[in-house]
Amino acid sequence: MTFFTDSLPIYLNGAWYTLMITVGGCALAFVISMIFGILGTMRSLVARAIATVYVEIFRGVAALVLMFWLFYAMPLLIGYRLEPVVAAILALGLNVGAYGAENVRGAINAVPRAQYEATVALNFEPLQRMRLVILPQAWAQMLPTFGNLVIELMKGSAVVSLIAVSDLTFVAQQMRTFTGETLLAFLAALIMYFILAQIFLFLTRMAERRANRRLGRLPDRPAKKRAIPSMAGVARGGES
Amino acid sequence: MPQSEQNIQDTIRPDASPDVPGPGDAVQQPLIRFEKVVKQYGDNVVLRELDFTVQPGQRVTLIGPSGSGKTTILRLLMTLEQIDGGVIWVNGDPLSHMYKGDHLVPANEKYQRAVRKKIGMVFQQFNLFPNMTVRRNITEAPIHSLGVPRGEADERAAELLDMVGLKERIDEHPTRLSGGQQQRVAIARALAMRPEILLLDEVTSALDPELVAGVLDVLREIARTTDITMLAVTHEMGFARDVSHRVLMFDHGRILEDGPPDQIFGEPREERTKSFLHAVLESG
Repeated sequence: MTFFTDSLPIYLNGAWYTLMITVGGCALAFVISMIFGILGTMRSLVARAIATVYVEIFRGVAALVLMFWLFYAMPLLIGYRLEPVVAAILALGLNVGAYGAENVRGAINAVPRAQYEATVALNFEPLQRMRLVILPQAWAQMLPTFGNLVIELMKGSAVVSLIAVSDLTFVAQQMRTFTGETLLAFLAALIMYFILAQIFLFLTRMAERRANRRLGRLPDRPAKKRAIPSMAGVARGGES
Repeated sequence: MPQSEQNIQDTIRPDASPDVPGPGDAVQQPLIRFEKVVKQYGDNVVLRELDFTVQPGQRVTLIGPSGSGKTTILRLLMTLEQIDGGVIWVNGDPLSHMYKGDHLVPANEKYQRAVRKKIGMVFQQFNLFPNMTVRRNITEAPIHSLGVPRGEADERAAELLDMVGLKERIDEHPTRLSGGQQQRVAIARALAMRPEILLLDEVTSALDPELVAGVLDVLREIARTTDITMLAVTHEMGFARDVSHRVLMFDHGRILEDGPPDQIFGEPREERTKSFLHAVLESG
């Protein structure tokens, strides 16, 4: 037990790095997902070709190798070395963004065509159609997969330990070397990853529930037939 | 374009009374004109060189067996389908095409938005936006595509909801409404855009029988109090008889019969019309 209490600050520090890289990677992946996902749904052949090329390239590349390339190889080309954390965020974001783009494209295409037709009948501009009607509806559909991708990205972030970023995995290895407690050192890391994953899962579930409520769909266990379903009331009803 | 002067006269026409320019009347420029319109899906020709016109203020019911092209006409007018031949004119302007010099070329999105502004549509399945409250369903389009100030749009939404009898439901989600109520909201939403032409595509077909009357009453009220031009595809023959100035009987993408409701329903000339009406009235 003393192992855990003594080394907690070190592990928390590692978790902080893991968290930072995960959040940074997710932010980048999200922007990429939206851009290339939407391009993939457009009528223009060029737009769709750009989306396809991006997705196929970065889906097929190992995040680890991409990170090594950005960190070790790119400096040879441009004469400037990225911060290890930045290289990691870029590699993970570009890679997971490719999966995310497919998710966005699928979710947008899953919005019934009738909704699109209603936006034409109401004479919205193409951008307004997307922003006001299509994306808000696709959003609920995207979230479960986005939740999985966040977890995948977080676990994938362990690769940064290989370019000496002191994330959770790096810390665990160091603890093992210094203390010789192989079992405990990695057990502690496992637990920390698990806790982080639970936090991310909780957040995405909240977002999912909120998105479904906005579409007028009831949460899993509805707070039955209350005349005025205040937002907070329904949320708490679903929790219990 | 030589039509533009005439357009202005049409829109300020003072006597836009519901009592009727008849089918053959050519006194003024038609509001809608189909000229040799062709529409096909693969080898299946839905409309073959269809010609017809609708005068401003006219309420026209399109009847006929399914697959006869009625709904396609509405969808072409709403620019939901690409035209395969011919030209559709709205108020003297081509809808499916635009002028490039003296030539007509297929219309682009921007041009279509300008012409389409005059047209509103109510769908069989309502197609309300589930991500918005009833209020926003009605106000978003006027605000964003017409530039109406929010306060004004809100007022108008309240008025329209009052007219369709749903004033109290303004802040609810459409999913909480019955089909009939949703359809009435959809009608209010279409009217909020102040269209000159209202397209009604089997608006009661998806409703439980006891909800049909409420929707038809709203439409009767609109017919009575406005001079909006209506094109309705419907199987509600009673409604067609009460409300329309003119009935078009379609079969295989052609107009088989064209006349006032009393004539079409009372003494149809074509055998096909007779048998169709017989079949519909039997089942209804």
